[in-house]
Amino acid sequence: MAMLKDYVRSIRSKNAGPFWLTFDVMFDDDDAYRKVRDAGVLSTDRIQQVYGVAADDIQIVSVDAARAIKVSIPRPLSQGALDDGDVLGGQQYAPLLTLEID
Amino acid sequence: MTTTTDEIRIFSATGMLGAGFRESSLERALTWDPHVLGCDAGSTDGGALALGTATPHHSRPTTERDLRLLLRAGRAAKIPVIIGSAGSGGCDDHVEWMLDIVRDIARDEDLSFRLAAIYTEQSKDYLKERLDAGQIRRLSSNVDEMSTELIDRATHIVGAAGIEPYVEALEGGADVIIGGRSTDTAIFASFPSWRGGFDEGAIWHAAKILECGAACAENRLFGDAMFCRLRPDHFLIEPPASELRVTPTSVASHSFYETVHPYLMPEPSGTIDMGGASYTMDGDRAVRVEGSAFHPADEYTIKLEGAELVGYQSFAIGGIRDPVIIAQIRPYLTEAAARSKQRVQEILGTEIAQAYHLNFRLYGIDGVMGPLEPEKDTVPKEIGVLIEVTAPTQDLANEILRAVRKGLMHQSVKEYSGSITSLAFPTSAEYNRGAIYRFSLNHVVHPEKPEDMFRLNYETV
Repeated sequence: MAMLKDYVRSIRSKNAGPFWLTFDVMFDDDDAYRKVRDAGVLSTDRIQQVYGVAADDIQIVSVDAARAIKVSIPRPLSQGALDDGDVLGGQQYAPLLTLEID
Repeated sequence: MTTTTDEIRIFSATGMLGAGFRESSLERALTWDPHVLGCDAGSTDGGALALGTATPHHSRPTTERDLRLLLRAGRAAKIPVIIGSAGSGGCDDHVEWMLDIVRDIARDEDLSFRLAAIYTEQSKDYLKERLDAGQIRRLSSNVDEMSTELIDRATHIVGAAGIEPYVEALEGGADVIIGGRSTDTAIFASFPSWRGGFDEGAIWHAAKILECGAACAENRLFGDAMFCRLRPDHFLIEPPASELRVTPTSVASHSFYETVHPYLMPEPSGTIDMGGASYTMDGDRAVRVEGSAFHPADEYTIKLEGAELVGYQSFAIGGIRDPVIIAQIRPYLTEAAARSKQRVQEILGTEIAQAYHLNFRLYGIDGVMGPLEPEKDTVPKEIGVLIEVTAPTQDLANEILRAVRKGLMHQSVKEYSGSITSLAFPTSAEYNRGAIYRFSLNHVVHPEKPEDMFRLNYETV
């Protein structure tokens, strides 16, 4: 089974301000981008399953000009709050790499 | 000022003043005849400590090095130098800190100029007045509703300025502007907005790309500068360093770096809309961007940033290798926490036993992702344990951590009899992390007038 990591040019996560976390999933070519975009791999349901955040809070927008899909969620622990383990939010994308693509 | 010019050339030194850029990149850019030199000096990446304690995130020598090159170049070419979000948090003490560096450099280099300082720290009385008037609202549900208590708990609160105070400073003849907390884009959007004759969509989109320096390069080999040629209805982006390369994809991807939405970005006076932007190569080195818009807001709003003291922290590091303990790590640590609380109560009393926070950060399980970790049941071979105690004073944090560590070290499990040592400690030390702060505000204020929230001061250096 192919995984998201097989299709992407790069995936990154980062704070978008101290209270939001944003994921950028970027592709080299249009085919890979469209395949992932249209397969619903990065859907509200899947993101909810992976990160356990409320569906209403999840924002997913694809950008054709950049061949990219952006997902944003509120941080459950704001940046640097007690127990927050990733001050920049830089390593939160890892579970997306292995999302399966039919 | 409303002079029409066909092109405004803007140099952005680096993503954060003090992060460095190559002197050769500045020299190259100067041959392209820039109209303004700018640099963002702020970041929340370092956490809330800088704002909370009014201590800069970057060191004085690194900041001074970057600033010296910019001031020298700006004065030689007789063009403005604009620095925003001084000292990383942009509170008044951060602005003073940077003004002090500017004055020192001016003395060393025998430079003379009109220096403008923009102060963006907010008075608590003003904010309470806006709160009473119903003119403050929160932007997300993961932060408290605004209240006088929330305002009072913050050690420093800044408002992120838009272009308005910068435009005023340019109009006032400033050669060098040191701004407090500002939106990253305001630093670069202010000059062309002041000059007039340029499409607002192009101005703001260019500013968004510029504020991170060379970060929009495809191959960001090192932190460096970026250059923009802004034309009435489009702009060109080109890295001065020949080793760096921008492509339509790299610039398009950078447009949504660190933003919640991929093409909509809120600013005090409106929203940048990069949804209609197109990106193409212009020659071998530059990317041409056109088609963005700027939608003026119905209501002018200023975003607040504030930091409050959480407590004082001590930590210790250990590791567990025994599969029997690893198999029951959660209940094992829950028991450790309960025993520790009892022990703290014996030593320090009930009140203190209720006033500390204990966290076992488990590397190998969910130390990196915490509540966002989807694979919570994976059984690792070993677990790295970071034991963190946060308490009202440093002494208490240290004392409590010692109690936790000593209790945990020999806590056994039912499978064994007799005494065991359950954690491997690379050192017996307990480390004092000091005061810890958190960002406490994610709110916007609607001022009666933009100038109510910012103060401008001039001096001749």
